[in-house]
Amino acid sequence: MPDDVVAKLQELAEKETVPIAKTLYATYKRNQELAAELNRPACQDTGVLQYFVKCGTKFPLIDDLEVLLKEATVIATVNSPLRHNSVETFDEYNTGKNVGKGTPTVYWEIVPNCDTCEIDTYMAGGGCTLPGHAMVLMPGDGYEGVTKFVLERMTSYGPNACPPFLVGVGVATSVDTAAVLSKKALMRPLGSHNPNANAAKMEKLLEDGINSIGLGPQGFTGNSSVLGVHIENTARHPSTIGVAVNVGCWNHRRGHIKFDKDLNYTITSHKGVEL
Amino acid sequence: MAKVVLHTPIKDADLENIKVGDIIYLTGHITTCRDVAHRRVIEEGRKLPVDVRNGAILHAGPIVRPIAGQKDKFEMVSVGPTTSMRMEKFEAEFIKETGVKLIVGKGGMADKTCKACQEHKAIFCVFPAGCAVIAATTVEEIEDAQWRDLGMPETLWKSRVKEFGPLIVSIDVHGNNLAEMNRAEFIKKRDKAYETIAPQVGFIK
Repeated sequence: MPDDVVAKLQELAEKETVPIAKTLYATYKRNQELAAELNRPACQDTGVLQYFVKCGTKFPLIDDLEVLLKEATVIATVNSPLRHNSVETFDEYNTGKNVGKGTPTVYWEIVPNCDTCEIDTYMAGGGCTLPGHAMVLMPGDGYEGVTKFVLERMTSYGPNACPPFLVGVGVATSVDTAAVLSKKALMRPLGSHNPNANAAKMEKLLEDGINSIGLGPQGFTGNSSVLGVHIENTARHPSTIGVAVNVGCWNHRRGHIKFDKDLNYTITSHKGVEL
Repeated sequence: MAKVVLHTPIKDADLENIKVGDIIYLTGHITTCRDVAHRRVIEEGRKLPVDVRNGAILHAGPIVRPIAGQKDKFEMVSVGPTTSMRMEKFEAEFIKETGVKLIVGKGGMADKTCKACQEHKAIFCVFPAGCAVIAATTVEEIEDAQWRDLGMPETLWKSRVKEFGPLIVSIDVHGNNLAEMNRAEFIKKRDKAYETIAPQVGFIK
């Protein structure tokens, strides 16, 4: 679990006053300690792995990267071990290796004239994947409609999605553009803000608003509901507002690494971790 | 307050005084049982190959690994509950069919399950999801593994556990459903939150 999530959970636990929520935060903490001590996955649902790659065109391993990530997934599946989470669709069988057609997911962002490579690795379980939703609103619905869309998802699917969770919102043109942004929003470090003042304001309003619902850990009520709300946006078609929401559970397993051209690396998400 | 520990086999009388919101623990046997296993029992009419009468099931797909040097023995590495609502479609009939007394999962279950719990004297509890190492360390031994053709997450792993928990009682035998009660409150607060936010996001002018 990244350092920012550990710190945020500690902060929420200290502020908590609901007895059942306090018990749950204490259980969360003990689980993370045991997981580290026994070197086991903290949550059994280790997800279908997703990699967000921001790669320079001059990075020496650019051609091999996708194959390497697939191999790394297989190795991690055996060594960690990770749960087997890749079921081939239509043929409906579990490959047993965590890789399959199109999995793990690799999202590419190519940076011209650059020789470094950054990778966010993300493991999301099924429970926090379920609230994911995208739709296209009419401009008349406005950002009020965006608000309503996000809030409704919080009460219908939120309690089951392992709160306090991180909420990613994408605002763009269509379901595909909004959906990718909403997942990308989950890769941002906690406490970061959208550079646009209105978007940042909406992040804060939604964070306070969803917290006021008081989902608490596991949806058994509490003083807070979220680790944060992150909005990512692009320009939109004048006739549409594409909106999507994605949720990352309290056990938010994200790692960020940056390589230079000689493969020296910096891990920004986990202090003191070495490969 | 003394720790409440249920033991399998579970008798109806054991559940009588347990109420929603209580925290309990389980000692005895619990078998992982999720989507396809429920479907096989209810839709395909197959008999569950593990007897869970007066016993417990766990909506979970664990990570297990073979124990080196022992033939066909497995260690529980990481196990925690999955979304129980996926089993809502089958659970009432499953309770009736199998005689299970304790269902452990995540999130909430709905009216049909709640009614079946009242009628057949069973309860639904939530184990804190994401705390899979705590759960795994309460497993003393995996005693049986059936329907292995379903792969690691869906196999019926029958475990002997000691003080498995904390389990938060979400549906009791008296017709109470904590998740549904909470949800009604959440919706009221959500509507209030919308009224607060909406006037502040009129960015299209």
